[in-house]
Amino acid sequence: MRLTALEQAMLAGEHGEAVAEAIAYQIRVGEFFDAEDFVPITNAHMMGDIEVMGDSGLAHLGCFRSKGARCRVPVTTNARCADFAHAARLGQDEEEIAKEKRLIAHLQAMNVVTTDTCINYQTVYQPHLGEHVAWGDTGTVIYANSVFGARTNFESGPAALAAGITGRTPRYGFHLERHRRGTFRVVVDTELDDLADWGALGKLAGEFRQNYYAVPVFEGLRRAPTSDELKHLGCALASYGSMAMFHIVGVTPEAPDLATAFGGTPPEPALRIGRAELDRVYAGYDVSDPGATLVVFSGPQLSLFELKALAERFAGQRVHPGCQVFVTTGRGPARDAEALGYLATLREAGVTILEGVCFYILQNLSEMRRRNGWHNLVSNSAKLVNIIGAHRFNTILRRTDECVAAALTGRVTGAQS
Amino acid sequence: MSERQHIASMRVARAVGEPVEGLALVSTEGFSPRYDLDRWSGLITKPGHKLEGRSIVDRICFFPTAKGGIAAGWAFPDIVAKKLAPRALVFGVTNPVMVQGAAFAGITLTEGWEPDALALVRNDDLVRIDPAERLIHIYR
Repeated sequence: MRLTALEQAMLAGEHGEAVAEAIAYQIRVGEFFDAEDFVPITNAHMMGDIEVMGDSGLAHLGCFRSKGARCRVPVTTNARCADFAHAARLGQDEEEIAKEKRLIAHLQAMNVVTTDTCINYQTVYQPHLGEHVAWGDTGTVIYANSVFGARTNFESGPAALAAGITGRTPRYGFHLERHRRGTFRVVVDTELDDLADWGALGKLAGEFRQNYYAVPVFEGLRRAPTSDELKHLGCALASYGSMAMFHIVGVTPEAPDLATAFGGTPPEPALRIGRAELDRVYAGYDVSDPGATLVVFSGPQLSLFELKALAERFAGQRVHPGCQVFVTTGRGPARDAEALGYLATLREAGVTILEGVCFYILQNLSEMRRRNGWHNLVSNSAKLVNIIGAHRFNTILRRTDECVAAALTGRVTGAQS
Repeated sequence: MSERQHIASMRVARAVGEPVEGLALVSTEGFSPRYDLDRWSGLITKPGHKLEGRSIVDRICFFPTAKGGIAAGWAFPDIVAKKLAPRALVFGVTNPVMVQGAAFAGITLTEGWEPDALALVRNDDLVRIDPAERLIHIYR
């Protein structure tokens, strides 16, 4: 890689041992992808929690801290594995929770802003067209690239932290113009009435071309989508397809028309998705055991508007005995929703609200599943029902109203057309 | 090793890590340590995964694709520390998270193959990876 004088000085250790280690690691990654140089970034967003990092990751952070590591651009954190107010009730390990607190202290000492949210793009920072950032989780990446026209690759925890410490990231992938053009065309021929429909659309397009460099171009949408709808579409594409970018003709900033989205003559449509295709998604889940003991609204965290809509659905109702309902959100939406009474409504109905976490990341989740006898997990998040597989839930995607009905009746129904 | 015959070599497009050899574990389905792996046992536990119930520990794992998820960056060094890591990951197409995680953890990783590994390699073949030469040798 071609290094500037500053980057050479970093590598030589003139900015400290931690900076030298960080940029040497970034060079190893950059050389894998044939990156020619680094690109300066304005912002990083990193995953870092004890569930995924384990003792080795905690030790690594402590080591980095002791070497004087300090982020030089704003760095925020993704959702974590414990809401400390609920950890004991959920049966999470005290020892691991103590480690999580030490981990947070390490990050804060390194100038990381521990926001604990996977919806930073809705609540914390909105990069502009062409702005280079270094973000992870995948849902944040695909939203940044697609909706804002900012530029980032998937940056895992250590990679985003390194980017924060050096203020740059290797220039490859979606930092380059040539990877940002559409690669296949998807015609949508149906109304998308619920967040789950947007996730199902993302599942179908993601599974169709499971490739990081695949960029679907959607056309035919019958109305302008909301931020929450784009969020669920993006998260599902990233989850099922490992995709980092999409275009919607006439909606996203790098797709004013089909030709621009593809950087030339558009190809023939590769995929057409109508109501029948969406219905087949919902019909594809195993509901032979109709018991609904767990309903989860999470993955990604809920926005204020999602919390409001959910509170309206649960108002005056009561969760069925034997069923547990979880909602996860960030601190910002939680504070607003508290002030506006939405959280009180949800609590009165028997819903548990977790802050700063995402459900699939929860520490001790497999044990939690066994202890509670959870089998079916019902959710309106296409991402959640995919990503949580290793914990051996039987996951079922349903529209929001159907999820609420499952929570209130304790039974999940077959797919409704 | 002495009883096995060299049956083929494959060229890979990109590689990171040290030379390594081990027994192959081949999947026709993609992989993510978050989606598919019990990171406390090294077993693939996602219901219905093509390798459900199989252990990746000490194997050279062949996957056609990487699945979404940002977890590999921390999960790979974690499973190395727990002695539950594969010796190498060989992908048809990968994503940056897998590369970042492998580079951080010291796991050998390659991307792109010619000819198609899934048509060539069988479970328990002996595999030797030479990242500097971007070559994989298969013995049976």
